[in-house]
Amino acid sequence: MTVDLFSLFLHFLTLSLLSIGGAITTVPEMHRFLVDRSGWLSDETFTSSIALAQAAPGPNILFVAVLGFNVAGLSGAAAAMAGILLPSSVLTVTATRWARANRESVRVKAFSAGMMPLTLGLIVATGWLLAAPFLRDEAHRWGTLALIATTVVLTLRTRLGLVWMVLAGGVLGALGWV
Amino acid sequence: MNRPASPRHLFLAFNRLALQGFGGVLAVAQRELVERLGWLTKEEFVETLAIAQVLPGPNVVNLSMMIGDRFFGLRGALAALAGMLAAPAVIVLGLAALYGELARHPMAVNALRGMGAVSAGLILATGIKLLPALKSSPLGRPLALGLAAAAFVLIALLRWPLFQVLALLGGLGMAVAWWRLRR
Repeated sequence: MTVDLFSLFLHFLTLSLLSIGGAITTVPEMHRFLVDRSGWLSDETFTSSIALAQAAPGPNILFVAVLGFNVAGLSGAAAAMAGILLPSSVLTVTATRWARANRESVRVKAFSAGMMPLTLGLIVATGWLLAAPFLRDEAHRWGTLALIATTVVLTLRTRLGLVWMVLAGGVLGALGWV
Repeated sequence: MNRPASPRHLFLAFNRLALQGFGGVLAVAQRELVERLGWLTKEEFVETLAIAQVLPGPNVVNLSMMIGDRFFGLRGALAALAGMLAAPAVIVLGLAALYGELARHPMAVNALRGMGAVSAGLILATGIKLLPALKSSPLGRPLALGLAAAAFVLIALLRWPLFQVLALLGGLGMAVAWWRLRR
């Protein structure tokens, strides 16, 4: 099976401007292309690529690099990442400069004031959606719930480094306590 | 407010925060940029994130470029982007190469579950911590909190597509803010 790096790049390039709310929203489209249509990845590899990138340190967008890597090694990872980042980054820098230059205009102020509540609701919703699968899993429901609650309290009340909490969670999990 | 000394400083700061971001970088970005480095206020952080969110592309990557660009123009944006992606990419691709091995160990799977639960807690706490940023909203606190709660319900509980939520609640919020700011 030959992989055409250019069409891999092009596919992610077209998805870039559609990825409002993060590239994760275009996952169904990536699945259609990489698994169903081209057959470059198996269903299982596709799913585990995303899970792996989410667990590893760094922005979740790196799941695109893992998908590209599993299709065509390092050059696949580079092609996929370049495609997904190029259009959205150019737009972001351009739009931010415009907004900064027009910071005092009523339209720009209304835009950010109107969007702020939504942004906060979205953050809490993201936390909820990440927690939900653990809470549905009966064998681990109470352990993970206690862990989530402890994390929230420690984050709000102490200045404990966040990375230590994540590592402690990993250790508790590995010991079979949660 | 503090500011980064150079693009190199930006690169190192974003590198440091990206490497701490297991299961997403948002919680760490808030802790580092607002609380530790003091490059942005809580309000500026939420405002920047709000713009990053409506633009296409990964939110935290957009956020890093916006902050980099604000301090050092294009060089700053690229330094922040490289800081955010370079080292984590090496790690994640290394893990991808080893994945077949890892997935066979139940201990690794259990550890991932523990880490996942903590990341969920970190994001919830970040949301709670940033809520006071709404105090100074021209929408007024009750309406701003109401819109935030509605966004949570539509996305987390009713699972509406983000685009529709943006159009409905974002549109409503902007219309009210525009009307109030003009008077």
